[in-house]
Amino acid sequence: MTTQLFSWPRYLKKTAFHYCPGCGHSIIHRLVAEVIGELDIGAKTIGVPPAGCAVLAYNYFDVDMVEAAHGRAAAVATGLKRVLPDRIIFTYQGDGDIAAIGTAETIHAANRGENITMVFVNNGVYGMTGGQMAPTTILGQNSTTTPGGRDQKRDGAPLDLSEMLGITRGAAYIERTAVNSPKNIRRTKKALTKAFKTQMTGQGFSLVEILSPCPTNWKMTPVDACKWIEGSTAPFYPLKVIKDIVTNI
Amino acid sequence: MSGNHVIGEAAIRAGCRFYAGYPITPQNELTEYMAGAMAKLKDGTFIQAESELAAINMVLGASAAGCRAMTSSSSPGISLKQEGISFLSAMDLPAVIVNCMRGGPGLGNISPSQGDYFQATRGGGHGDYRNIVLGPATAQELADLTMLAFDYADKYRTPVMILQDGMMGQMMEPAVMPDPVDPKRLPPKPWKLDGADGRPSRIIKSLYLDPAEEEQINWNLAHKYEKITDEIQRAETYRTDDAQIIIVAYGTAARIAKGAVNRVREKGVKAGLFRPISLWPFPTRILKEVNKKVKDFLVFEMSTGQMVEDVRLSLEGKGNVRFYGRPGGVVSTPIEIAEVIEGKFGRV
Repeated sequence: MTTQLFSWPRYLKKTAFHYCPGCGHSIIHRLVAEVIGELDIGAKTIGVPPAGCAVLAYNYFDVDMVEAAHGRAAAVATGLKRVLPDRIIFTYQGDGDIAAIGTAETIHAANRGENITMVFVNNGVYGMTGGQMAPTTILGQNSTTTPGGRDQKRDGAPLDLSEMLGITRGAAYIERTAVNSPKNIRRTKKALTKAFKTQMTGQGFSLVEILSPCPTNWKMTPVDACKWIEGSTAPFYPLKVIKDIVTNI
Repeated sequence: MSGNHVIGEAAIRAGCRFYAGYPITPQNELTEYMAGAMAKLKDGTFIQAESELAAINMVLGASAAGCRAMTSSSSPGISLKQEGISFLSAMDLPAVIVNCMRGGPGLGNISPSQGDYFQATRGGGHGDYRNIVLGPATAQELADLTMLAFDYADKYRTPVMILQDGMMGQMMEPAVMPDPVDPKRLPPKPWKLDGADGRPSRIIKSLYLDPAEEEQINWNLAHKYEKITDEIQRAETYRTDDAQIIIVAYGTAARIAKGAVNRVREKGVKAGLFRPISLWPFPTRILKEVNKKVKDFLVFEMSTGQMVEDVRLSLEGKGNVRFYGRPGGVVSTPIEIAEVIEGKFGRV
């Protein structure tokens, strides 16, 4: 008698990821698909991918998906959710998408308390366009547009988007996690589960920010990229529950 | 009812159940009307969005979910919506967009203008696409064309723009409201997203990294536009039967031109009016029929000359085309246009 402990998630298509070796998107895609399967919401879930590395997310998630223009996922998700209030709507966005070009849409969706779930993948660079400075690039971090490292006087300070969202009246649940270690991956899955449950119980806006490695643009090995999160990014963006007014989950 | 209210009521009667908008003059009455009307409906959504960009993208989401959805704005706001309109077009998603045109470019002013004709009829945003553009000239047409706009949007799966202006939007005029449509009884949308329950999951997208595939997408759109061009050219002809000169004007300009035609007719000048109603597709076929009998045309626009290009393209050199325009929010009188018809001023 054997027991199956690990299998391909039902809501992940059997397609190879295009992501670079060591990229956090592959892990996060899997976690989102696992959570959708475990909560048994795949038949009523609609996803909104971003512009950026994860634009092709619709090739991987086996749920209905509608693309959004760069930064507009929160607005598209708002339209979907208001028309289909009993469906589960999630967006999947990178830092440039959600925290630069889409800041207004994101803050206002949170502030309206839209009953949607946003997955915010923070790797501190614009990955798809070749590693330019993101709103979340930490001080001193190199990028193709911050030669010598991000300098606050020259390049502006990194944006703490999740903390900003945390002070909106409409946000119900916001947590920052990471996927640089097995322990953090398990915590991320727990946070994603809670975020989707927040929506399923109609309690309002939920978002999980996930610190994620980008070895290609950070010019590091995958192992060093995970260490960099531990030693540099996570101390800058502390892993913690930022807002939680959710009850009975 | 003001023109903006007429559009709002007609949209509700057409089964529109989602509206997102942002305040801008001279179209605020429409946004306010939708707020009140949607609040009275069990299945209606009104959102005052944080921006024009957000509003059009909310409409995109609602449309992807299968709902009849609308947004409205005025010239500067329509510029901001162009990103979303390009995406809607690429994704074959229906939507109705109302542009209550004002003086421009830039902030311009809040007076009636027709300066956005090129933007509306040439696509407006990035990429190789067109939108159906309807140019109403009466309150009755605001009602009828709004109903029609939703039908066209669903039938051809494309954004449809109602191109009116500050005069139409603010003006009070009686109109008979069309019978309401029950949104539940509209034709089904087998492409919409509502969760892959018992069917394969669906994707609505506009990214095609393979140039060959993207080329095919562009040709698919082009074929759709050919079909639309063939099927929905609309125009009004007024006193053209014995006319020796035809004034070509749309919307508010056409109302002024009609007064001018009547005025010069009293003096024995055989003038007629050709009023395009579908601005894209331009009613070339109907204009060509008129051109079989008349060679002299005067195009009058509340701009420095945009539609005049479509008139010249349609006539293919087989007519003499004069142009007279008043841009920047200036509204001519019928007396002024009558004098232009009589050749007192105007340029070729």
